[in-house]
Amino acid sequence: MIVNENPVAARPAPASNRGIWGWMRQKLFSSPANTVLTVVTGWLLYIGLTPVISWSFIEADWFGSDRSACDGGACWVFITARIEQFIYGFYPEDLRWRVDLVFLQTGLLLLWLMPQSMPGKKWGVIYALSIFPISSFFLLSGGLGLEMVDTHKWGGLMLTLVLALVGIVAALPFGVLLALGRRSEMPVIRFFCTTFIEVWRGVPLITVLFMASVMLPLFVPEEVVFDKLVRALIGIVMFQSAYMAEVVRGGLQAIPRGQYEAAAAMGLGYWKMMRLVILPQALKMVIPGIVNTFIALFKDTSLVLIIGLFDLLAIVQAGLADPKWLGFAIEGYVFAGFVFWFFCFSMSRYSQSLEKRLNTGHKA
Amino acid sequence: MMTSVNNAEMAGSDSAMIELRKLNKWYGDFHVLRDIDLTVRKGERIVICGPSGSGKSTMIRCINRLEEHQQGDIIINGREMTNDLKDIEQVRMEVGMVFQHFNLFPHLTVLENCTLAPIWVRKQPRKEAEAIAMQYLERVRIPDQADKYPGQLSGGQQQRVAIARSLCMNPQVMLFDEPTSALDPEMIKEVLDVMVELANEGMTMLCVTHEMGFAKTVADRVIFMDEGQIVEENEPESFFNNPQSERTKLFLSQILQH
Repeated sequence: MIVNENPVAARPAPASNRGIWGWMRQKLFSSPANTVLTVVTGWLLYIGLTPVISWSFIEADWFGSDRSACDGGACWVFITARIEQFIYGFYPEDLRWRVDLVFLQTGLLLLWLMPQSMPGKKWGVIYALSIFPISSFFLLSGGLGLEMVDTHKWGGLMLTLVLALVGIVAALPFGVLLALGRRSEMPVIRFFCTTFIEVWRGVPLITVLFMASVMLPLFVPEEVVFDKLVRALIGIVMFQSAYMAEVVRGGLQAIPRGQYEAAAAMGLGYWKMMRLVILPQALKMVIPGIVNTFIALFKDTSLVLIIGLFDLLAIVQAGLADPKWLGFAIEGYVFAGFVFWFFCFSMSRYSQSLEKRLNTGHKA
Repeated sequence: MMTSVNNAEMAGSDSAMIELRKLNKWYGDFHVLRDIDLTVRKGERIVICGPSGSGKSTMIRCINRLEEHQQGDIIINGREMTNDLKDIEQVRMEVGMVFQHFNLFPHLTVLENCTLAPIWVRKQPRKEAEAIAMQYLERVRIPDQADKYPGQLSGGQQQRVAIARSLCMNPQVMLFDEPTSALDPEMIKEVLDVMVELANEGMTMLCVTHEMGFAKTVADRVIFMDEGQIVEENEPESFFNNPQSERTKLFLSQILQH
C-alpha cells in the first residue's frame, strides 16, 4: 500500500533553450557527419545564392532613362522607366489621379478592416460594400461629370487588381449560396446548383474567357453586347464561385449535426441558423481553402491576356517587345512574378493570422 | 424567476402540456415508435428509461420536430405539430432541449450562446437578453465563465451552460436527452443538482436518463420503453419496488445490479 501525504509543489519547466550557440551545437554540429553536412550545405547555399544576390542587387542598376544606364547585373531601369505603364496601362496620364484615389481608398480600407480591433469596423464594412465600389466605378470608368475612360485603356496592375478584387468579393457570397443550394432539401434548387457547379468547374477558365469574348457576341444582338471587361469579369466570377462553392460545402459538411439541431431546437429558422451558427463555423474551418481559391483567382487573372486585355503580366510582356528595350525578359518576368507573389503571400499571411484570431480552441 | 410555470399546484391540474396520440414513426422499414400514447400535464416531471434503441430519444425528438413522425398527432400547449414551419418554430420557442453532447456553439462565448436565440428569435433587446442570461448563469452557478468559450469549460460546466441557454428562451417545457451520459462521474452530480432545482420550481420536464436516483427524487412518473412501445408507466415508488412487466423487471435488474 502506498499513501503519499506530501503534495509536490508545481515547479517551472526546465529551460530547453540554451541560447543560439547551444541550439547550433545540438542541431547542426552534433556529430562529425552532421558537421560535414552542415558545412557542405552552407557552401552550396553560398555558391548558389551569391550570383543571384549580386546580379539582382549589388551589380544591378536601378535608375535611368534608357538602356545605356545599365552595365552588367540586373537592369531594373527597364522596370523603373516603365513603372507608370505597368501600374496604369494606357490610362490617360492626366487622369491617373482617379486611379490613385481608388488605390488610396483600397489601402485605407484594408488598414481599417484587417487589424483585429479598429474603431467603427461596422461602418468600414458598410463603406466598403456601398460607397467604395460605386465611387471606384465612376472614378475608373468616368461618368457623373468625370471624363469617360474606355476599359480598353485600362491595364497593368490596376486591371489585375480590379479583376482580382471584383472576383474575390463576388465569388465568396455566390459560392456560399451555391454551396447552401447544393445541400438544400429542395430538389429543384439542389439540381440547379449542382449543375451550375459541375458545368463551370469542368470547363477551363481559358475556354470561359474565350466564350465570353468571342462567342457571346455571335449569339446576342449587337446592341446587347456589353463591355469586354465586364464579360471577362462575369466569366471569372462564375468560374470561381463554382470552386468556392465546393470549398464551402466541405466546411458545411464538417459541422456536426448537433449544431444544426441545437440551433433548430431554439427556434432559429433556416437563414438565421446558417448566418449565426453554421456559416461562421464552416467558413472559419475552410479559411485555408478559401484563401487558396483567392490566390488561384488572383493569378488566373493573367489569363485575360488571351482576350486582349492587358493585365500586369501582359503589359510587361508587351514592353519586352519594345525595340529600345530588347533583351530584358528576365528582369520583366522577375518583376511581374514578384508583384504577383507579393499580393498572394500577403493574402496567405493574413489568412494565417485570421485563423489564429478566430480559433476558440474547440471543435463543435 | 420561472414566471411562466412556477406554480407547483399546477402539477395537479388537468391542463395537458404535451399530448402524443397513436404516434408512429419508421426509419425506412424499421418501426421505431409504435402507437405511443402519452399525456404530460403542466408541471409534471417525467423520466423515460429503457434499453438503447428502444425509441426514447426519438420520441422526445419528435416533440420538437427534430424528427418527423409519420402517423399520429402531437399537440403541444394546444397547438398541433404540422408541417407548417410557423407552427414548428413557435413550438420550438416554447420547448427547450438539452442534448447528450451539449451542442453549445463553439464560436460564441457562453454569454453569446445564451443570448443568441432570445435576441434573434424572441427579438429581445441585447441588454435585456444579457441581463436575463446572467441570471440563469448564476442559477446554474457559472456566472464567472460568461466570457469564456465553451471549449474552455469542463463537460459538466458545458452542460449547465446548455441548460441555462435553453432556460433563457423561457420555455414551457424542457426536454432532456440523456443529459449526463457523456459526463465524467464526478460531473454528473453538478448537472443533476441543477435539474433537481429546476424540477422543484415546477418546470414541466421530460428526461430520458439512466439516473435512477434522479428518477426516484423528482419524477412524478417513470416510463419504461422497449422496442418502440411504452411498456410500463408508473409513479417511481411502485415502478422501482414493484415492476409489473417482465421486460421492466429484466431491465431494472440489469441496471440496478451494481
